[in-house]
Amino acid sequence: MRLAGSLAFALTVLLGTAAQAQNTIPVKIGVLSDMSSLYADIGGPGSVVAANMAVHDFNPAAHHMKVEIVSADHQNKPDIGAGIARHWFDTDHVDAIAGVPTSSVALAVSDVTREKNKVLLISGAAASDLTGPKCSPNTVHWTYDTWMLAHGTGSALVKTGGNTWFFITADYAFGHALQRDTAAVVVADGGKVLGSVNAPLNTQDFSSYLLQAQASHAKIIGLANAGGDTINSIKQGAEFGITAGGQHFAGLLIFITDVQALGLKTAQGLVLTSAWYWDMNDANRAWTKRWQAQRSGKFPTMVQAGVYASILHYLKAVAAVGSAADGKAVVDKMKAMPTDDPLFGKGQVRIDGRVTHPAYLFEVKSPAESKYPGDDFKLRATIPANEAFRPLKDGNCPLVSAAK
Amino acid sequence: MLAIFGISSYALFGQLLIGLINGSFYALLSLGLAVIFGMLNVINFTHGAQYMMGAFAAYLMLQYLGFDYWVALVTVPFLIAAIGILIERLFLQHIRNLDHVYGLILTFGLALIIEGLFRNEFGSSGKPYQVPAVLQGGSNLGFMFLPNYRAWVIGFSLVVCFATWFAIERTRLGSYLRAATENPTLVRAFGINVPRMVTLTYGFGVGLAALAGVMAAPIYNVSPQMGSDLIIVVFAVVVIGGMGSILGAILTGFALGVIEGLTKVFFPEASSTVIFVIMAIVLLIRPAGLFGRIA
Repeated sequence: MRLAGSLAFALTVLLGTAAQAQNTIPVKIGVLSDMSSLYADIGGPGSVVAANMAVHDFNPAAHHMKVEIVSADHQNKPDIGAGIARHWFDTDHVDAIAGVPTSSVALAVSDVTREKNKVLLISGAAASDLTGPKCSPNTVHWTYDTWMLAHGTGSALVKTGGNTWFFITADYAFGHALQRDTAAVVVADGGKVLGSVNAPLNTQDFSSYLLQAQASHAKIIGLANAGGDTINSIKQGAEFGITAGGQHFAGLLIFITDVQALGLKTAQGLVLTSAWYWDMNDANRAWTKRWQAQRSGKFPTMVQAGVYASILHYLKAVAAVGSAADGKAVVDKMKAMPTDDPLFGKGQVRIDGRVTHPAYLFEVKSPAESKYPGDDFKLRATIPANEAFRPLKDGNCPLVSAAK
Repeated sequence: MLAIFGISSYALFGQLLIGLINGSFYALLSLGLAVIFGMLNVINFTHGAQYMMGAFAAYLMLQYLGFDYWVALVTVPFLIAAIGILIERLFLQHIRNLDHVYGLILTFGLALIIEGLFRNEFGSSGKPYQVPAVLQGGSNLGFMFLPNYRAWVIGFSLVVCFATWFAIERTRLGSYLRAATENPTLVRAFGINVPRMVTLTYGFGVGLAALAGVMAAPIYNVSPQMGSDLIIVVFAVVVIGGMGSILGAILTGFALGVIEGLTKVFFPEASSTVIFVIMAIVLLIRPAGLFGRIA
């Protein structure tokens, strides 16, 4: 009798746990980023830290969810990125991919994600096509895109007299999109584009391109590139007397990590557009302090902040839907719910997948103005959310025309 | 003004000079590789990492010890050469009699480890390093603005390249080295310590890489992957010049710098591939490279 009693008890316990396990929603998020090359500081391991912080702040246990974060290195190669995505979706039960700071990779992964009906949360890839002609019901694009960068920096410079431009462009999807979007702004504001040159990704020496830019006599040399390419362009530009000769650089995508790699002495005065800056308010500073507990001595970029915000919103949507299985349903929920997080504030996910929030025009401080490590930017203007991103009607996103 | 293919001759002269400057980095690096391959028969894939370590050592010396560029230029090559010698003693000497592929994989693995360690410590964005005060500014040559530092780079690397070529091809020590490559057993019979000579040669090759690294620090972004970006090109240079050929490495280094520079004007999208196209063509026509002897 006693045996039967304890058996019955054991059975109840077992059944109880099983029932509970059924109620727990499992969610697996893969942080796909450049872990080992030129964009690794912009996203990379710092994005994984941000992802884990988002999970912690969401508190999955309170929502009967179990969230797991995995990560991989896409090496900035579209084929490798798409391969990892396929493997994650097919065999590792990954529900969503976050990060992907390289446009060409993001475009490839977006296709795979749509095919498998999962979710892609982009923060870092810039090509505005991701929410334009190539938009997808399974993709949400956070932080910034080429349109936002072009309009912020391009417009500000043309209005202050920089009306002739020459572009040094990274020769892949991102660079071409950035140049196209910026050239459109320059021309629309009454400026002129005098020429451009396509430099392969990861070029060491830009002096040849800089000489071509110098010979064009354009007032502004637009750098439609990122990371190490931007750093090398500006560093070598200073050497070749570009700024001394009266020409100015417009870094169209500059991160705080780039500024620190250049040093304020070389980078001072650069105007840049950013969606987020660690030292802008108390919430950002508090978040940065927590982030730095795992990344000591480094400063988070807007890409990493975007990974945090996108995962937080994604998890809220999964909790509301009650399952992560149907990627499109979760993204629809993300679009239906307004976004609200400590880093980007209130915003929304538009029907084309674009997340809107304010953007900021910054200027890099001089060494004398910088009071402490990471005190690198001063705010020049705030661009409100409704002006910061491309109007819905101009994107040519099939989802928008279908909704009409 | 004379125009060639729609580009003014002024611009062309500028691009030729730029090509020569970049060529001097290729020459310095491929020279080290050629020396190492010639004497040790090792394809030193750690070369790029050693170049990067040279640049970082210059940065660290300035940041933490306050030593400027000139001190770094003299001391860093010896410092990194010492690390190279350690690598040779610990690892490379044990695989001397094995196939090339073992040395290749070993040095490639070491390069990945070294780069990973640096990336972990310093991040991938890189560190700032200024052009030394004496060499700041530049002069207007009429057809282009030549930064003083670039003029220094080209002059100094020519001197280093010539000195190395002279030491190996025209001195007594060099003749021992060349003899030891041909027939180590016989040279040992004459009472010469061949293993020590091999170790020092490796150190010397590594020192050249570090020297190029220090010279690169003020103009290229000092980042952990700066070496791996460059090393593949440098390998192509060595292959085109002929594996192990000192003169071949130097001349091909400068020549390919110029060709790459011109590609950046006429068809910039191909500038990262043009060297490999040339490599393929050269290998088809002369499998031993332009200056290599057919074994």
